[in-house]
Amino acid sequence: MTLKLAGSDLACVRGGREVFAGVSFSVAAGEALVLTGPNGAGKTTLLRAIASLLRFAAGRLDFQASDPEAVLAEESHYLGHQDALKPSLTVGENLAFWADFLGVAASDSGKGLAAVGLAELARTPAAFLSAGQRRRLSLARLVAAPRPVWLLDEPTTALDARAQEILAALMRDHLKGGGLIVAATHGVLPLERASELRLGGAA
Amino acid sequence: MSALSALLVRDVRVALRVGGGALAGVLFFLAVVVLIPFAFGPDLALLQRVGSAILWLGALLASLLGLDRLLADDHADGSLDLLLMGRAPLELVVAMKALAHWLTTGLPLVIAAPVLGLLLNLDLDAMAVVTLTLAIGTPALTFIGLIGAALAAALRRGGLLLPVLVLPLTIPVLIFGVAAANAAVVGPMPVATPLTILCALTLVSAVIGTFAAAATLRHGME
Repeated sequence: MTLKLAGSDLACVRGGREVFAGVSFSVAAGEALVLTGPNGAGKTTLLRAIASLLRFAAGRLDFQASDPEAVLAEESHYLGHQDALKPSLTVGENLAFWADFLGVAASDSGKGLAAVGLAELARTPAAFLSAGQRRRLSLARLVAAPRPVWLLDEPTTALDARAQEILAALMRDHLKGGGLIVAATHGVLPLERASELRLGGAA
Repeated sequence: MSALSALLVRDVRVALRVGGGALAGVLFFLAVVVLIPFAFGPDLALLQRVGSAILWLGALLASLLGLDRLLADDHADGSLDLLLMGRAPLELVVAMKALAHWLTTGLPLVIAAPVLGLLLNLDLDAMAVVTLTLAIGTPALTFIGLIGAALAAALRRGGLLLPVLVLPLTIPVLIFGVAAANAAVVGPMPVATPLTILCALTLVSAVIGTFAAAATLRHGME
C-alpha cells in the first residue's frame, strides 16, 4: 500500500476556542500540501495535531504506509518554530544526536551537514550560529534521518536566498523519492505537485 | 549508538559543558553542611549524633537544584516535541533523562558525602554507611523529582512550585535513609531493616516516577 495521508472533517479546540473545524485534505506519495491562512488560522495547530502532539477534537485522520504497523508520528519529521538544538553542543554533535535518536548510523550526519552547507562549522558550538544557520541545522536533521512524511512549519523563516534554494531542492528530492510534505507558509514554495489548503476562510 | 544511549550521552555532555550542574549541587551541599555546625555550636557529641541526618538533609535539598530544568529546557527549545514523536517509548526516554541527571548531580553528592562527614565528626564506619544510604537513596529523590520536573515543563512554571510539590513526596526516603544510617551509628536496630525498605522505595519511585512523568508529558503538552 502506498503512502497516503488523509484527513476528513478535522477540528481542533485550543483554550476553549475552536481554532478550525471541517478541514479535509488528502496527500499521497510525491505530493505536497501547502497550508496557508492568516496568523492564528491554525496552521501550526494542524501540523502539531498531525504530528500527534495535539489532539483533534473531531474528525478522522487516516495514514497509510507500506508497513501496515507504521505509526504516523514515528514516520514523520516535524520542523517547528523551535530548532531543537542545544547551544552548548557543537553543530556536529547536535546533528549526530538527532541522527542517533531517530535511528540512523552516524555516518549519515556528515551527509546532512554537507547538504545544508554547514560542513565547515561542524565543530562550532551551536550557540554561535545565526538564526538562519540554526534553521539550516534543523533542516540537516531531515536529510540525515529519512522519514516519509515531512511536517514543516514556516520552513523558510530566517533562510537567505541560497538556503531557500537548498530547501526547495531538498523538498523536491524528498517528493521524488516517494515522500510527502505538509508545509505551512506565508511565502511561496517552488513545488510542482502542490495543492493548497487555506485555513481561516476569507475572513 | 541506540536512541536511548545517545540521549544519555547528550544529556551528560550538556550538563558537564554548561558547567554549574554538578559543581553547584556539591557547593550547595557543602554550604548547608558547613552552616549547621555554626548554628549548633561546637558540641562534637551532638554533631556526631545528628551528623547523618544533616548529610541527608543537605543532599536532599541539593538534589532539588536543577530539577526544574530537567525537562523544561527540552520543552523550551523544541527537543521535547521530537522526543515525544520518537520511536523510543516515552517512559524509557524520561528514565534515561533522570539517569543522566542523577549521574551529573546525585552521584557527585554521594562522592562528596564522606568528605563532608569529616566536618561533622562522623567516624569511618558511620561515613561509609551514610554514603551507602545516599548512593541507594538519591536515585529515588531524582525519580520523585522527575514527576515535578514533568509538571514544571507541562505547566510552564518553574521556581518554587517544584520543591513544594516534590519535598513532601521525599519524606519516606528521608526517614528510612536516616534510619538506616543511624542504626549503624547509634544502634540498636539492625541496619538491614531500614536499608531494605530504602532499596524498595528507590525501586518503586523508579517505576512510578517514570510512568507518572511520561503520562504528565503526554497529557500536559496541549
